[in-house]
Order: sequence, then structure tokens, then C-alpha cells
Amino acid sequence: MKNWMQFMVLIASITSASALLASGGTERGGSQMPSVNNAKWKAECSSCHMLYHPGLLPERSWNKMMAGLDKHFGENASLDPMTRDEITRFLVLNSADKSDNRRSSRIKQSIPANAAPLRISETRYFTSKHDEISPATFKRKSIGSAANCIACHQGAEKGNFSESQVKIPR
Amino acid sequence: MRNQTMLLALLFSINALAATPQELLKQYEGQAKQDNPAFSGFSAERGASFYKTERNHSNGQKVSCATCHTADPRHQGKTRANKVIEPMASIINPQRFTDAAKVEKWFGRNCKDVLERACNAQEKGDYIQYLVNVK
Repeated sequence: MKNWMQFMVLIASITSASALLASGGTERGGSQMPSVNNAKWKAECSSCHMLYHPGLLPERSWNKMMAGLDKHFGENASLDPMTRDEITRFLVLNSADKSDNRRSSRIKQSIPANAAPLRISETRYFTSKHDEISPATFKRKSIGSAANCIACHQGAEKGNFSESQVKIPR
Repeated sequence: MRNQTMLLALLFSINALAATPQELLKQYEGQAKQDNPAFSGFSAERGASFYKTERNHSNGQKVSCATCHTADPRHQGKTRANKVIEPMASIINPQRFTDAAKVEKWFGRNCKDVLERACNAQEKGDYIQYLVNVK
């Protein structure tokens, strides 16, 4: 009887473990970032560069970013105060601090508590994930720089950075 | 508060009026006359040279409108972050210069990026005149 119980427990745990594996990234705690939407974020934050998912940086980074739009990576990206504040609220609400997907958590954990990086590519999470990519690859015409996630991660704007879907262009 | 209300009213009135590049040009013409009583109309040639002239930026780079929009405004441009910019020339892209708020937003940003100062109404009008005239 006791053996039979142990067997059932074993079967149950195998089943739930494989269900968890099969569910891939979409589940709570998976690595897929949640689907988020805000019309102003979409329009304003993708006119010069790809649309970065708010789950890629912690709240303090977004606040710093949005407070310095007049000098945004060397360019003037100023917004009227109403638009700026709405986008800031949206970014904060969906930031890596507020997200429970695995990738956001790891990005957040890789950033020292006293740092508020503006470049995702400067986080330890990013550099360790891309340590096999040479600087020359990032500089390819088809890629441009490490900021252009979407060149290799087609689902980047949807918060999908799944390694199995990476295609590095020539 | 009063200033904000007036600014909003101004924005809405510009928006309501400027549905075509010609209406936008009219707005800038009014401002240009105020800035300079000797103002005698916009010039597409001046606009073309404004568009192409490279300036020495304090960051050491040479920049012009053409840096991102390409020398031929009928072509697609590219931002420094690798994103496509739709052509500036009205003949290819009739959406250009039909939204006053959008036009002001981008003049506001790009003049500071390229010239390191705001553009005046004469420069904005010349620029639009050039891009509307490109065949």
C-alpha cells in the first residue's frame, strides 16, 4: 500500500513537471514577457528605434530614461509633458520589477541595486547571454548594433527572446 | 494655468487649420513676417540648401538633414538606430506636412540635433517649400 502511494506521487510529479515544461514560456513564471499595449508608447517609442518591451528594464531605469528625453542617447526625443507622463506610467507599471516572467526577473537580478542602466545591452544578463556574439557581428549592416534586438530576435517587440527562434542575419 | 490654456487653444487652432502643406506654410508665413518685416516669401532653393548643408556638430560629427533622410528626399531614410524613415518628399509621401503638431514636434527635436538650436519660421517654411516642390 505504501509503495503504491509512493508510486502515485512519483507519477503525479512527473506529469506536472512535463506539463510545466511543455507549457514553454507563456505561463506565469515562464520567460515570455506579457503582452502589453499602450498607443502612445507604441507610436512615440518606435519612431526612431524598435519598440522595447517595458519588462526589459527596472522601474528606476525607465524613470531616469523618461526624465532625460532631451538627451536620449545623444538625440533629442522630447515629448510634451502629458504624453511623457502617460508613457512613463505605462513603462513603470510593466517594468521588470512588476513582471513575474523569468527573463525580466533575471535582468533585474543582474543589475546592482544602486544602478539604473539605460542600455539593456549593458546589463550583466545581456552580456552573459550574448558572450558568444562578436562585436563584428553586432556591427553587421543587417544588425547595426546590440540595440537592434529585432534583427536576430524577430519576436523582440512582443517580448519574445526565445533562443530557439534566434536567426542571426548575414 | 492661463498660459497652458492658451497654448492648448493655440495647438488646437493650428491643428484645425493645417490640414494641407499649403495651410501649414501660411502659418509659418505669418510667423516669419512677425520675425522679419522684410520677409518676402519662402524659397525652395534655400530649403534645398538648408536640407543638404552639413554642419559641424559640437560632438565632432558633420550632420545635415540628409544624414538621416538621405540626399534624395524621395528615398527612404534611416535613423541612427536602424529604423526606416518614410520619404520626406510630398510627391512620394503625401502624409508629410499634414499634421501641424507632428511637424512642430520633429522640427523641435531635429533642429536641436542638427543645428543645436531651434529653427525659425523662415527656415521651417523654406524646408517645407522645398519638400513640397520636389518632383
